[in-house]
Parts: sequence; structure tokens; C-alpha cells
Amino acid sequence: MSATTAAPVWTKMRPKQGALSRLFDWKPFLAFICLLPAAGLLMTFLTYPLGLGIYLAFTDTTIGRPGIWVGLENFIWLAEDPIFWNAVFYSVFYTGVATIGKFALGLWLALLLNQHLPMKSLLRAIILLPWIVPTVLSAIAFWWIYDPQFSIISYLFIEMGLRETNIDFINTAWPARWSLIAANIWRGIPFVAISLLAGLQTISPSLYEAALLDGASGWQRFRYITFPMLLPILAIVMTFSIIFTFTDFQLVYAITRGGPVNSTHLLATLAFQRGIPGGQLGEGAAIAVSMIPFLVFATLFSYFGLARRKWQQGEGND
Amino acid sequence: MTEAAAVSTEPKATNSSSAQPETMAWDSKSRRFVLLYLPMFCFLIILLFPFYWMTITAFKPNAELYNFAEHNPFWITSATLDHIRLLLFETAYPRWLMTTMLVAVCSTVLSLFASTLAAYAIQRLRFQGSQYVGLAIYLAYLVPPSILFIPLATMVFQLGLFDTPFALILTYPTFLIPFCTWLLIGYFKSIPFELEECALIDGATRVQILWQITLPLAVPGLISAGIFSFTLSWNEFIYALAFIQSSENKTVPVAILTELVTGDVYQWGALMAGSLLGSLPVAIFYSFFVDYYVSSLTGAVKE
Repeated sequence: MSATTAAPVWTKMRPKQGALSRLFDWKPFLAFICLLPAAGLLMTFLTYPLGLGIYLAFTDTTIGRPGIWVGLENFIWLAEDPIFWNAVFYSVFYTGVATIGKFALGLWLALLLNQHLPMKSLLRAIILLPWIVPTVLSAIAFWWIYDPQFSIISYLFIEMGLRETNIDFINTAWPARWSLIAANIWRGIPFVAISLLAGLQTISPSLYEAALLDGASGWQRFRYITFPMLLPILAIVMTFSIIFTFTDFQLVYAITRGGPVNSTHLLATLAFQRGIPGGQLGEGAAIAVSMIPFLVFATLFSYFGLARRKWQQGEGND
Repeated sequence: MTEAAAVSTEPKATNSSSAQPETMAWDSKSRRFVLLYLPMFCFLIILLFPFYWMTITAFKPNAELYNFAEHNPFWITSATLDHIRLLLFETAYPRWLMTTMLVAVCSTVLSLFASTLAAYAIQRLRFQGSQYVGLAIYLAYLVPPSILFIPLATMVFQLGLFDTPFALILTYPTFLIPFCTWLLIGYFKSIPFELEECALIDGATRVQILWQITLPLAVPGLISAGIFSFTLSWNEFIYALAFIQSSENKTVPVAILTELVTGDVYQWGALMAGSLLGSLPVAIFYSFFVDYYVSSLTGAVKE
């Protein structure tokens, strides 16, 4: 009885596949439809603006007036601008020092977290907080910590008798530069530490056991096992970190806005200042475009890091 | 036979005995304290201090805030809600919070939709050249907003979206989609192919497979992609600063920096209260899903 009723249901289902559903089952069409939203959005709001930005860098566009092609004039103008060269210098310096600081401290924190600790998952959750909270909001907290009159750090130093006067954090060039780097390192440590911790956990304990048998010291175990095994992840995380530190905007804009006397401008903040409030879109675009060579360099760095990893593990190209 | 077993166990025993002093030395209490707990404690203090300071400042009355001589700056003697009241009732803070929420939710939904389909196509449909599409999306993630905001500002202006939330909802996916797609490709990889093949044999169409088999299995991946997108769009600053002009359309991070900082006298109490309230939604949202977050963050890096 049940078999006879089931059979017609099955035959009824088949003809329901109309032309439309067959079209959706056709692989090339389905792939096209699936990629359409993502590709459309990325083409319109990423690829096109990237091209447009490069074009704008060669024009004298200002807000409200479409510009004309001026060739390399923007770049020639920038090459004679000491503020631009100062921004290039500080971008490189900021990226270099902050990356070294973030990775040294982040690796240390990752090694600590890899030990047996009580409440490990809670610790990991707390440590990621600086990375989760909006950068501008934590930057404002740093601004308050760096306040010339009511800085808590100055208070501590004076209470401990280490200094007589308040520390000048952000009102002269070099202290301001170092203060911004410190804030950047503070924000960057969690991401580096958690990513490297993931790398550390993939290293097989048997390698350490073998090294212990061979009588390797703690430093030797780190130098010849931990570090080489961590290198592939280190390369990727470092590329990301370098790219996003080099193009950083929020922290500097929130704490110093490029001041005092333009000494802490990064390329991104200078591009913003000239482009949006200043209205010189062409010049701003030229400053932004001059970041591209550095980014290409960082990406190639990542690519060769990845290539090396595949070679090490003997994997084919996937 | 028994002799061989004895021989094979012998070196094991010596191994463990020679390894013993090494681990003992590391586990000795004072050494462990100096090398492990003390640095860990310092890291925690430094990483958490700005939040502590933010919270303390938000609830301190001005008299205590600017007088370190008579009041211990690390504690509050008479807590006050004045700063929060000022923020909530005398500024447009609730409005900014709503705008930020709207923008974050809409752009998250939009990018989740687009990147789920894209990840499915790249990872499961396996058409010719799918790995190049994957690579292109990876490269798209490496293009930072600092390069794009000037041309995007001119586009937004020409499209008539300037100073509307739509400008942000449409531009945030440029950094959300690459990240989510990348994360979801990794997630789809972990779902066995056999399940889909079974469904194909049973006569399901590919759309049915995506909707009824793959997506339900990918829910944890979708959740972590959703949290990432939400926090990233909540934290976004440069587009919101460049594309929004009128006070009531600003997002929380931009509004606190541009609307609350007025003149030479900074209202530090209100500023810190605003920062605290602006950080709380992401922090709470994150704390619910912290395990998804950490595992997918580390998973994405491992890929």
C-alpha cells in the first residue's frame, strides 16, 4: 500500500525541474551568480577607486572642481616638500620600531601563554581586549594618559621620586613620536601574541622531547625548533602588521593629528589633511599613491614567506 | 621475546629519569614565578591599565579628576554618574550609537551574504581558475582603506551618497568581504565533500545543497565571520570621518573625537564615558563568542 503511494510522488517530483532550476544547476552559471555580489561590490568600491586614485594623483582635482591632467606635477611638488619627506621618514620609522616592539613582546607573551597557566582561556580572552575595542576610543584613553598636566604616568614617576616635573609626552616632536609608537605597540601585541600562540600549538611536542634527549638548552630549543617552525606564520602575520602599521591613520589622528608642527604625520594622515579638509584631492591622492611601492614590497615579502613554507613541508601547489 | 621487551623498556626508563631534573628545574616554584607569573602579570597590567583608567575617569567627579594632591588618582571616593548623564542627555550620543549599530549590522549582513556565496563558488564549485579568484580576494584584503578613501570620497559625492549611512554601508564591505570570504573558504574546506555527493545522488539541486546541507553545517563559520565583520565595522574610522559631515549621522568613534572635543578645555570625564560606552557593545558581543573568535582568528592565520 505504502509502496504504491510513494512511487507516484517520486515520478511527480522529476518533471518539476523547469528550465530555471536546470539553469541554476548548470555549474558555470551558478558560479557566475554566486560570485556576482562579491565581485560586483569589490570591483565598484575597491578596484575602480584604486585606479581612480592613481588617476587623481596625476590631476589637480580639488573638492567641487574636476581637475585636468598635470602629469607628474604633484609628485615634483611633493619631492620639494619637507613635510612630505618628514611623513615618509616617520612612517618608515614608526612601522620599523613598532613592528620590532610588537613582535618581540608578542612572541614573549605567546611563549608565556603556551606554558601551563591557570584560567588559560580567560587569560586569552582578556588579552585580546585591546585589539577588539575601537582603536580611536583606546587612543583617546592614551591621549588622556599622555595629558601634559594630569598624566597618571607623570604622577607615578613624581611620586616615586624619579622625576621632578611632569613628563612632556605629546607637545614636542621626539617624545610625541615615541608616545605614538608605544600606543601602537600596546594595541598590536594581542593580535601578534594570539596568532603566534596558534603557531606554537601546532609544533609537535616530540620535537622538544627529542631535543631534551640530545641535551639542548632552553635557548637552543627556541633557536633551532620554535623559531624555524614558527617562521611561516611569523611571515604572514608580519606582512599584515607591516601593511596596517604603515598605513595607520586612527591612532595618530586621534592623539596628535600630526602635530606638534607636523612632526608626527604619517603618510595617511598627511593625505587626509591635504585631501579632505584641505580640499586638494589630487595632492592627497598623490601622497596616498606614494604608499603603494611599500605595500607591494610587503606583499612580495609575504609571498616568498609562503613559498618557503611550501618548500619546507614538501607540499605540492594546492 | 621477553628480553626484547625488557631492552625496549630500558632506554625509556633512563630517558624519563634524565628528563626529570630538567623539568624539575623549570618547575621549581621561584624560577617559575620569575620567568612566568611575573612577566604575565606585567603584561596584564599594561594591557588592561588603559581600560581601568578609562572606567575610573568616567565615574570620577571633576573635583577628584583634576586634583591628584588630595585624592588618590587610582580610586574613586565619591563616584558620580554626571559624565554619563551629560553624554546621554545633553549630546546626540544615543543617536550616534543607533547610527553605528545600523551601519555595522547592514554592512555585516551584506558582506556575509556576498562572501558566503563567493566562498561556496570558489571552494565547492571548483570552476576553471577558481584559485586565481581566491588569490585576487586575498590581495583585495591587502589594499588598506588609507589608500582608497580619497577616490571613494569623490565617488560617494558623485553618487549622491555623501553624508548618508549608505555611503558607509556600501563601502565597508570592501574590507569585510575579503576577510569573510577567506575565513569561510577555510571553513567550507573542513566540511566533507561526501555529504554533498550523497545529496547530488539523491537528486538535490546545487541550490538545495547549499541551502540545506552546506550552510547549516557552516553555521559556526558564519557566526565567527559575522562577529569579525561587526567588530571591524564598529571600529572603522577613516571612511566614517571622510564621508560623513553632519553631526547626527556620525558614528560613535568619529563623533566622540570630533563632537565632544570642543575648544581648549577637554571634558575628560565625558570623553572617557563616551569611550567606555562605545567600547562596551563590541566587548560584550565579543565576550559571548570569544571561543569562536579566537579559534577562527588562529584558524585563519594557520591557513
